[in-house]
Amino acid sequence: MRKVYLVSGGVTKFAKANPEKDFRLMVKEAYDQAISDVPKLNHAMIDGSVVSYFSDHFTRQLMAGAMVNDFLGLCPKPSKRVEGGGATGGLCIQSAYEDIASGRMNVVVAAGFETMSQVNTWKGNEFIALASDTNFDYPVGGFYTGYYAMMVVRHMHEFGTTPEQMACVSIKNHKNAIYNPFAQHPAELTIEDVRKSDMVSWPLTRLDCCTMSDGAAVCILADEDTAFKVCDNPILIKGLGTGTDSMRMADRPHGDVILLPNENKDDYKGLKYPGVHSCRAGRMAAKMAYEDAGIINPIEELDFIELHDAFTSSEIQTYEDLGLCKYGEGGSFVEKGYPFMENIDYGIKLPGKTKIAVNPSGGLLASGHPIGATGIMQAVFSIWQLQGNIKEQFGNDTLQIKDAKRGLIHSHAGTGTYVAVTILEKV
Amino acid sequence: MSKKIKISETEDGTMLFNVDPIIFKDHYEMDYLHSYAQDTPFFSGLANGLLLGSECKSCGYKYATPRKYCMYCGNETEWLELPSVGRIHSWTTCYYGSQAFLKETPYNLILVEFEGVNTLFLSRLIGVGQENLDIGLEVKPRFLRNSKFKATDVYFVLSDEN
Ligand SMILES: [Zn+2]
Repeated sequence: MRKVYLVSGGVTKFAKANPEKDFRLMVKEAYDQAISDVPKLNHAMIDGSVVSYFSDHFTRQLMAGAMVNDFLGLCPKPSKRVEGGGATGGLCIQSAYEDIASGRMNVVVAAGFETMSQVNTWKGNEFIALASDTNFDYPVGGFYTGYYAMMVVRHMHEFGTTPEQMACVSIKNHKNAIYNPFAQHPAELTIEDVRKSDMVSWPLTRLDCCTMSDGAAVCILADEDTAFKVCDNPILIKGLGTGTDSMRMADRPHGDVILLPNENKDDYKGLKYPGVHSCRAGRMAAKMAYEDAGIINPIEELDFIELHDAFTSSEIQTYEDLGLCKYGEGGSFVEKGYPFMENIDYGIKLPGKTKIAVNPSGGLLASGHPIGATGIMQAVFSIWQLQGNIKEQFGNDTLQIKDAKRGLIHSHAGTGTYVAVTILEKV
Repeated sequence: MSKKIKISETEDGTMLFNVDPIIFKDHYEMDYLHSYAQDTPFFSGLANGLLLGSECKSCGYKYATPRKYCMYCGNETEWLELPSVGRIHSWTTCYYGSQAFLKETPYNLILVEFEGVNTLFLSRLIGVGQENLDIGLEVKPRFLRNSKFKATDVYFVLSDEN
């Protein structure tokens, strides 16, 4: 397989509603930003596109991917839609990677969007809940905050995780977003603010949950020859992993942990896995990506992570799935301050030092979650981190990770139904 | 001779939320002819006061939900009557929900574990407030008398309820 690079990216400012622009124009804006960063790459060099959006219900337009490809002026070149719930964006990038790695194309646009303002928030929750089993789970009143609440209630039972530890995630990501001009919900919060905000589904409050967004994000991928011709510092896609699990979380097994190279069986005596407290798909995707990239000890060998924090609790679950700490240690991992930025004052006491910045951009909680764009947004922010361009792109360098060489993006669907993990490296 | 050709106009209007850009109310609904297909015995079971899971006779795995084929060995499963009591494996109380369920809030969702069954069952728990919910509590199913052929035909109550 050929090496594949990310040469540039663009993202719209995520907003609750953006009725001045339809999905095509939002993608075009992100595309123009991406292509303007690589002046030597002209439009004619693009071989095709992969377009991702999650919901036909939100878009209310089938074959919207074809309309994006048309609007970008790419007809009659090849294009397809990729969809996988919340992991749609991450899967889109992996699909664009495959087009180039296989030798079928040299330059591919990965474009994602979602227009969630088409309906009110509670109707939106219903649309998202349709991405759970519509015969068994949705009809009893199931919706995603409720599913994640049940997951974390079990996590709390197994491991002693607390709502206050979850609130630390909210504080971190909302504060990071203050320095990210593309973010939808920057805020300075206290643990009390998070716990006292409206209860959605116990123990998850509004400030434990991401919100609905309109937005688009675009990445341009290229083969090695083209990448170095058009760009001085293209970012290598070093490893990929993808995992799956049953749609109904009730159907998940209660068996043995899938071990990473830095773990052993004795770490998890008596733990039934994944149950509903952990995501086997996330662990599977991480394991594959680490093997692909030759990573043995992720926390030492990665400089930052952008992960799918649709809920504060899912960020804690994901620390564990990605092997940043052992299963069960996610709550104390955040409480000790390990995933915080070391140069930012969060207004809370953090007994430990930064080990790895997680969601320096503000993540989904604070940047926003226009579903089909989200996984691509993570890649765009990571390109800028690895190219050392945060100051140029954000107008300040607060969120720039010093000497960032390697980052990981984690895109996640359902209750861990699809997960895509991709490792990006400065060369 | 030219006669002005016009379409006949009606007096109904379009609801506008905004004029620039134009944002309007675009109604959309439909009725599906939805089949439960191979899962039908589960729903007819509920109508008869029976809660059915599935059992793989090849590898012995038991599911608390309908799964026509085994997740592990791929063989066809058989229907299995679930035990008459279970325990709360996890729970939440929902104060918001999807639009269709907002009027029912707050309501409890639970995942039920059954002795000797390998997977869980998602349902509502009725008659208990959030403050009295806990993992491990014994629960039992109840069935709607007037079956709607929906997953909500079964719900749970605490075992010590009459
Ligand atoms: Zn079997």
